[in-house]
Amino acid sequence: MKATGIEVTLGGRKVVDGVDLHADPGEVVALVGPNGAGKSTLLAALSGDLPTGGRIEIGGRDLRSYKRIDLARQRAVLPQKSALSFPFTVGEVIRMGRAPWAGRPEAAEDDEAVTEAMLRTEVTAFATRPFQALSGGEQARVALARVLAQRTPVLLLDEPTAALDLRHQELVLQVARERSRAGASVIVVLHDLGLAAAYADRVYVLAAGRVRAQGPPAHIFTEDLLTDVYHHEVEVLPHPRTGTPLVIPRRR
Amino acid sequence: MQLTTPPASESPSPASETPSSVPPKSAWAPRLRVPAHLRGPARIGLIGGLAVALIAVCLLAAGRGQVPISPAEVAGSLLHRLGVDLGPMPSAVQGENALWLVRFPRVTLAVIVGASLGTAGALMQGVFGNPLAEPGVIGVSSGAAVGAAAAIVSGVTVFGIWTTAAAAFLGGILTTFMVYAMSRANGRTEVVTLVLTGVAVNATAGALLGLLMFLTDDDGVRAIAFWQLGSLAQATWGAVSVAAPCALVGLAVAAVIARRLDLLALGEAPARHLGVDTERLRLIAITATALLTASAVAFTGIISFVGLVVPHLIRMVAGPGHRVLMPASALGGAVVVVLGDLIARTAIDYQELPLGVLTAVVGGPAFFWLLRRTRAKSGGWG
Repeated sequence: MKATGIEVTLGGRKVVDGVDLHADPGEVVALVGPNGAGKSTLLAALSGDLPTGGRIEIGGRDLRSYKRIDLARQRAVLPQKSALSFPFTVGEVIRMGRAPWAGRPEAAEDDEAVTEAMLRTEVTAFATRPFQALSGGEQARVALARVLAQRTPVLLLDEPTAALDLRHQELVLQVARERSRAGASVIVVLHDLGLAAAYADRVYVLAAGRVRAQGPPAHIFTEDLLTDVYHHEVEVLPHPRTGTPLVIPRRR
Repeated sequence: MQLTTPPASESPSPASETPSSVPPKSAWAPRLRVPAHLRGPARIGLIGGLAVALIAVCLLAAGRGQVPISPAEVAGSLLHRLGVDLGPMPSAVQGENALWLVRFPRVTLAVIVGASLGTAGALMQGVFGNPLAEPGVIGVSSGAAVGAAAAIVSGVTVFGIWTTAAAAFLGGILTTFMVYAMSRANGRTEVVTLVLTGVAVNATAGALLGLLMFLTDDDGVRAIAFWQLGSLAQATWGAVSVAAPCALVGLAVAAVIARRLDLLALGEAPARHLGVDTERLRLIAITATALLTASAVAFTGIISFVGLVVPHLIRMVAGPGHRVLMPASALGGAVVVVLGDLIARTAIDYQELPLGVLTAVVGGPAFFWLLRRTRAKSGGWG
């Protein structure tokens, strides 16, 4: 996935302004930045949801040249919030992720894809329960399972860890990394800089709709940059055992 | 607990690699298939059961009336007409005529109307993502009735016998799009907005009907009053020949888009991400709803709440999947309307209750109960 010169104007304001971005197969790319930096808008633009200036390519082809159904076989999108109008069961919701493959040879993998996605996100035990009866964190994992079941070469995840406890935050990003190692391009919006540092191969630091810096988190996460971007003093320490940057807001 | 990278084939990983809290695959795999495999036959059984119930109710309904005919004789008469020499012929004087000139068209129209209403309700609920949407509640039936009444009053007959149905379709589709445009915000339809929009539309349609009644003569007044009460008393083979194609097209469309409607339950954007052209889907679904409503309203007037109660009951039994919901709602709606009409015309000797009044007496409280439940679930007027 490759994007050049992305511009999105919402309500007369340029929310995303000239962003270049790419995510290669095998890579986890994190989008970080303060509230209102344009992370989710950028992800929506990459999903093909918004009228966008610039050029977005998936698999070497212009996003706009794809038919909607073909695009659904190329990329899966995890929204920030998941809603459901009718009491479908968890199993049924995850199976919806297989809809783009109906009538294609890949439909033979339906059961296996659903089973694997449930296992990976640890929602197997809820399979027969109505989605709406689950807690917010459980729903978030089911939504992720639906996206995984779609089995696309590109994954776009908007804050997949927001509603999750510590263990499941780790689990979700492990799954994201695992998918990338199997050949997928993963773009993930994250608020937790520690998680981004630990799991992303590269990060894009966004502020006011522009890319402030991009590269491996160990190079990019510096005290000066983050303090400037977040308007709050930030300390960055190497983890004593692994060396991964730990990002901590300076507190009294 | 480290999750290791799976092989490129992405086969489900062996138990040794899974977190300890998850039982090995062999233990949970059968449990996983429970919803798809145990409930699958039960769902088909539901559709089969409803089909059998519909046939039984039709045979019963066709036999009841001033000239009583047994269900066996009804079936016999039908089979003989189809060229099968099986079963007894009606023994009553005028039995054959009562069946073929009065009862069969009426029961057939009841089936068409019921199937249309049930499916229209299920479709509309799917499109709005709201279990309270129903042609009667949100005013689409009244809109269609206004169209039909306008055609009667103005005496326009450009499409011959199809004129009333065409006018009802036009009124229905205009109202549906209006309600759709007014009650949606940010890709969602709030319960309170939808219901209040229905109140406004019904009030406007009621006023227009009143105005049309004021402008017309006694015959027109009677005809319009009949719309508002809803009845199958005007059923003829001519009415059936107009309503049936509308209903069949609507039912076929509903069956085709059923799977995509499931995805719409996830919301506008996720459905699009799964490859659904949501705008086109809504357009198709709304047109089908208007077609179904027109076929239901054109010759019988407003029969409310069937489209609300029937899909709801089906969802409680078979879940919300539209591929079962659509055919089951069509069959269930038909059973309810045939049975309702039977009660309407036989409950009181030599008199006929308006069917619309009967369904409203049952459906009104059911709607009230649904409202309470929806409110309780979303913790307020979400």
